[in-house]
Amino acid sequence: MYAFIKKEFFHIFRDYRSMLILFGMPVAQVLLFGFAITTDINDAKIAILDHSKDPVTRDITQKILSSKYFILEQNLQSNNQIEAAFKAGNIKEVIVFEQNFAEKLQREGKADIQLILDATEPNTASMLSAYSSGIINTYSLQQMKAANKVPLSIVTESKMLYNPELKSVYMFVPGVITILLMLVSTMMTSISITREKEMGTMEALLVSPLKPLQIIIGKVTPYVLLSFINLIVILTMASFIFGMPVRGSLGLLLVESVLFIVMSLALGILISTISKTQQQAMLLSMFALMLPTILLSGFIFPVENMPVALQWTSHVMPSKWFIIIIKNIMLKGVGIAYFWKETLIILLNTLFFIGMSVKKFKVRLE
Amino acid sequence: MSVPVHIHNISKSYEKVEALKDINLEIKAGELFGFIGPDGAGKTSLFRILTGLILPRSGTASVGGLDVVNDFKKIRQITGYMPGRFSLYHDLTVAENLDFYASIFKTSLKENYDLIKDIYIQIEPFRKRKAGDLSGGMKQKLALSCALIHRPELLILDEPTTGVDAVSRKEFWELLNKMQQSGITILVSTPYMDEAALCNRVALMQNGKLLATDTPKNITKRYQGQIFALHTNKMHSLVIDLENTAAAAQVYRFGDSVHITSTSGNDESFRQIITASLEEKGHSAIQMIAQQAVIEDCFLALMDKNQTL
Repeated sequence: MYAFIKKEFFHIFRDYRSMLILFGMPVAQVLLFGFAITTDINDAKIAILDHSKDPVTRDITQKILSSKYFILEQNLQSNNQIEAAFKAGNIKEVIVFEQNFAEKLQREGKADIQLILDATEPNTASMLSAYSSGIINTYSLQQMKAANKVPLSIVTESKMLYNPELKSVYMFVPGVITILLMLVSTMMTSISITREKEMGTMEALLVSPLKPLQIIIGKVTPYVLLSFINLIVILTMASFIFGMPVRGSLGLLLVESVLFIVMSLALGILISTISKTQQQAMLLSMFALMLPTILLSGFIFPVENMPVALQWTSHVMPSKWFIIIIKNIMLKGVGIAYFWKETLIILLNTLFFIGMSVKKFKVRLE
Repeated sequence: MSVPVHIHNISKSYEKVEALKDINLEIKAGELFGFIGPDGAGKTSLFRILTGLILPRSGTASVGGLDVVNDFKKIRQITGYMPGRFSLYHDLTVAENLDFYASIFKTSLKENYDLIKDIYIQIEPFRKRKAGDLSGGMKQKLALSCALIHRPELLILDEPTTGVDAVSRKEFWELLNKMQQSGITILVSTPYMDEAALCNRVALMQNGKLLATDTPKNITKRYQGQIFALHTNKMHSLVIDLENTAAAAQVYRFGDSVHITSTSGNDESFRQIITASLEEKGHSAIQMIAQQAVIEDCFLALMDKNQTL
């Protein structure tokens, strides 16, 4: 047993490709998701078309540009420059002040600002629109207070719980942890077992007195350890680079993660029992598991907005439940009482996959 | 120490191909038994049935009284199996491979050192080298050591000398002889006919059938007719020119000569008929030398008969 595990470590450490997948990928993924694929808005380039050029419009422009979200790319002079500015492709938004803005505001108590947005990226556009109207509303409220006019309008204020700044890192880290644990555990074990089949060494192992369970445990133990190290690396990076908190119990988080790792490993073994070659195992883990995990687990796209059939498919994804668990621990800081159901689902999945793979593991070649 | 192997009416088929057809064999304890036949003869299938890796379609087989279907776990304890493909870990060193196989059989190199000493001495200089970087002959020696490390009572070697140079092949057979003397039943398959003579008994196999089972000597003794090795100045057209000669029972290339068999019993008149017909077709410098039959001649003759049946 010990010799088997030692041998498995030799395989991993001598194959630079496995090493790269095991340790290079997690780091790259966290950085990618954290920095590049962020949905937060920083430094969006905008243009301003000010038909009025009075103190009030200058004041509002000041307010908008002094937030960290916008940078002024250019000042436009006329309406027909707007389209050209968008087509040039640099700017995301044009803010248009109507003529005699301050005067109108003074006289009628109402003046119009038009926000024109590049909606080829709908998410960015709606966020920019919300940010700019927010800034403008704040300004008008301040003005009214200053003029000692009590506003009659009811202002609704939304408060974002757990992620008040709507940081996308908070959303991505649980997802990235899930995907990486799944990928490393499932893909690496299924590949390493099918490799033995391909190389013909499985034939020699089968003819030895080793029991199927011993072969499986020997194969899996190194990956449990390595996946655990991976988990620590991701958590450390998330905490130090992106300031992701762990509000709940760290111990509980680790225990739940180990459970999820074991489940993924069992799934990997199951895949290896039904595939004959390394490529087959890799494709199965990639397309049958990875893509649904990314798309259906609620990691990127909210489950509630999916068609009913897909929502049901999403319930079958163990990763969905794991993401819920991590979010609960890391962001809400609650204990096991709040997610014992999800834990139970993963535990049952684990037992099911282990049972299936021990049963399906062939002691013969056919 | 060593065990006998019984094979009764074993058949095996894959989808459409019949790999083994009704095989019957008794292999005595301590025998060095050879399975000779071309690729696809069914040697590997038979070995896999004996190690419990595949199930026969019908028939029974036993190793030392243990049934290959029901008691395969016990058989695996006492069997050393060397698959046809190199089945060691390329990325592990020679020493690591040996240690690994020793430990999965719950033994150690030290414990059985006396058994594999002769082989191990040859591979020891490379013990720090990765198995994937060894030469073909060295790989086979390492694989043999791994198959022997748990002191098996039955050793099954599937084409151990395929793809190995002539010198290493000779060394390998010397090792097998030593193993046999230490009391292990050895089953070995090979596509090389010349290796048959090195076994106690051989089974000639083709298309899943046993063509003959006997000692190499008896098999060659049973050959009917007289073989002549032919050399002329026009070797390339020799086989075609002879095929139309009614008197010849069999004509085939054999190394750098052509073997032709007379079944008439009168060798002198046969010699004259062949010489005359060849001279008519423009051959000169005709040499006809009477030859003892070897296994390959017997195999080709039996194969011919098998196909016409």
